[in-house]
Amino acid sequence: MLDFFSKEVSTEPVTGGSTPPPENIIVELRDVHKAFGELRVLRGVSLQLERGNSAVVLGGSGTGKSVLIKHIVGLLAPDKGEVWVKGQRTDLLDGDALDRQRLSIGYLFQGGALFDSMTVYENMRFYLDRHTKWSKGEKDDAIAEVLEAVNLDDKGPQFPAELSGGQRKRIGLARALVLKPEIILYDEPTTGLDPVSVRVVADLILKLRDERNISSISITHDLLAAAIITDHASFLAEGKIVASGTLEEVRHSEHPLVREFFHGSEAYSAV
Amino acid sequence: MEPFLSETDSDTPRDSLSRRLRDVRRVRQEGKILQDKSFSERTMERLLRSQGVLYHFLDQAGALFMFVGEFFRRFWRRPFEVKETINQMDEVGSKSFLLTSVVGLSIGVVLAMQSRGTLARFGAEAFLPSMLSFSIIKEIGPVLTSLVLAGRLGAGIAAELGSMKVTEQIDALEVAALKPFHYLVVTRVIACVVMFPVMTILTDVIALSGGFIESALSTDMDYRVFVGEAFKTMRFVDVTVDTMKTSIFGFIVGIVSCYLGYNVRGGTREVGQAAMQAVVLSSLLILLADVVVVRVSLMIFGDVSGQ
Repeated sequence: MLDFFSKEVSTEPVTGGSTPPPENIIVELRDVHKAFGELRVLRGVSLQLERGNSAVVLGGSGTGKSVLIKHIVGLLAPDKGEVWVKGQRTDLLDGDALDRQRLSIGYLFQGGALFDSMTVYENMRFYLDRHTKWSKGEKDDAIAEVLEAVNLDDKGPQFPAELSGGQRKRIGLARALVLKPEIILYDEPTTGLDPVSVRVVADLILKLRDERNISSISITHDLLAAAIITDHASFLAEGKIVASGTLEEVRHSEHPLVREFFHGSEAYSAV
Repeated sequence: MEPFLSETDSDTPRDSLSRRLRDVRRVRQEGKILQDKSFSERTMERLLRSQGVLYHFLDQAGALFMFVGEFFRRFWRRPFEVKETINQMDEVGSKSFLLTSVVGLSIGVVLAMQSRGTLARFGAEAFLPSMLSFSIIKEIGPVLTSLVLAGRLGAGIAAELGSMKVTEQIDALEVAALKPFHYLVVTRVIACVVMFPVMTILTDVIALSGGFIESALSTDMDYRVFVGEAFKTMRFVDVTVDTMKTSIFGFIVGIVSCYLGYNVRGGTREVGQAAMQAVVLSSLLILLADVVVVRVSLMIFGDVSGQ
C-alpha cells in the first residue's frame, strides 16, 4: 500500500456547497472560465469523464487545450467555475490536501518533462523515495514493471538526453504510472511522433485503460491517435466545447470550426 | 457599447438622428463622470494602464517581494530536503573554490604590490600587513567573493531553473506533489546563505597569504611579524560582522536568481535573459546592501578607532 502521508487527514470532501457529480463521473469541469490578462482562453467549458473511459479533447493549436487539463491538477485555478475530481473541488483545495489529490492523477507532459539531471531509473526512484516507504527491492520491482509496460525495460541507466522524443514520452508515461494513478492526463501524447510511434503510444493508452482501469483525458489534434483512443470526444474552440459525443458524431458536427478542422485533416490525408 | 443601441427603453426615439444625439450626450456625460474622479485615482489609473518603465519596475519588485515572503513562509516547514541542500552547498562551495581562491590570491598579491610604494612614501611601510588585513577582511574579501559567486551561481541557478520551467519539469514536480519550491528554491537559498561566509573566510585567508608571499619575496618579512602586525588592531567584531554580512549577500544571490529562473516564461531566449538579469540584479543589490550593512554596523559597533 502506498503510504503517502502519515499525518491525520480529515476525510470530509471539499465541495464548496455545490452538488458533487454522480459516483461514476471521476472528473467534471463545470462552466470553467480562465483569462490571462486580456486574453480569455476558456469561456465556460463543461466536460465530464466517466470512470474507466478514455476521453479526448480535440482542437486546433492555441485553443486552450493545455490550459484546460492544467485546471484538473490544480496547476491553474479557474477564474470562475468548478473543477471536480473524485468528488472533490480541486479548485478549492490547497497545500497537502491538493497534493494528496494530485497523487491519484498522473500527468504526461508534452516533452515528457523528465528531470534531465537524473537517469531514467533515478527519475522514477525520486518519485518513489518521496511518496512510499518501500524497500529498495520493492522500488526496483515497481520501476522494472512500469518500464516493461512501456516496452523500454533496458533504458533504466540512460539519461533523458540520450533518448528519442517518442521514448522520452513513454518514459514520462512510465514515471506517471509508477505511483499507480487512477486518472492520467495526456498532453499531446502523440504530437511530433512518427506514425508507428503514434500507434504504439495510442495502443499503450488503451492497454492502460483496459488492464489497469485508468481513466484518462487526452488532448490532441492528431486524428490518427484520437481514432484509436477515443471513448468520448469533445471539440474545444473559442473557449467552449462546441461539439461532443463519439468521434463520428463530432466529425459530423455542423460547427464551422469543427468542419474546418476535420476537412483540413482529410485533405491532408488524401495527399 | 451594447446598451447605447438597446431598443428596450420605452422612450427610445425611433429616428436614427435623435438616437445618435442621445448617444453622444450620454457618452459626454460618462466622460464627465470620469473627470470627477479624484486626482490620485486618476493618476493611479493612468499608472496602471501605462506599460511604462515605472509600472514594470513596481510590478517586478512586488513579485520579487512576494517570492521572498513565500520563502519565509515555507523554509521552516516540511519537507526538509537535507540531501539536496548538501548537494547545493557542494555546488556553491567546493565547486566554486578554485575560482574564489584564484581571485583571492591575485587580489592579495596585487594589493600588497600597489600599496607598498604609497606607504613607503610616508615611511609607513610597516603598516602594510595591517592595511592589507583591514582592506581584505572588512571589504574586499566579502564583496569580491560575493560578486564572483553572484556571477557564477546567479547565472547557473537562473539558467537551470529557467530551463526546468520551460521544459515543464517544475510543473511535473508540482503535479507529482514533490513540492518544487522546497526542492529547488529553499535548498539553493539556504546553501548560499550558509556557504557565502565560508567561502569568504577562505578567500580572506588566501588573499592574506598572497599579501604575505609578496612581502616575503620583496622584503624578507617573517611570517610572525606579518601575522602579528596584521591582527594587532583588528577586533573580533570586525571579522565576524564583515564575514557574516556575506550571508545577506548569499541570500540576495539565491533568492534573486531563483525568482528569475522560476518565473521564466517562453523559451531559450528568456532563459538566457533570466541568467543575465540574475547576475546584474544580484550584483547591484549586493553593492547596495553592502552600503546599508556597513552603515548599520558602524552605528552599532563603532569603527576601529573605538568611536
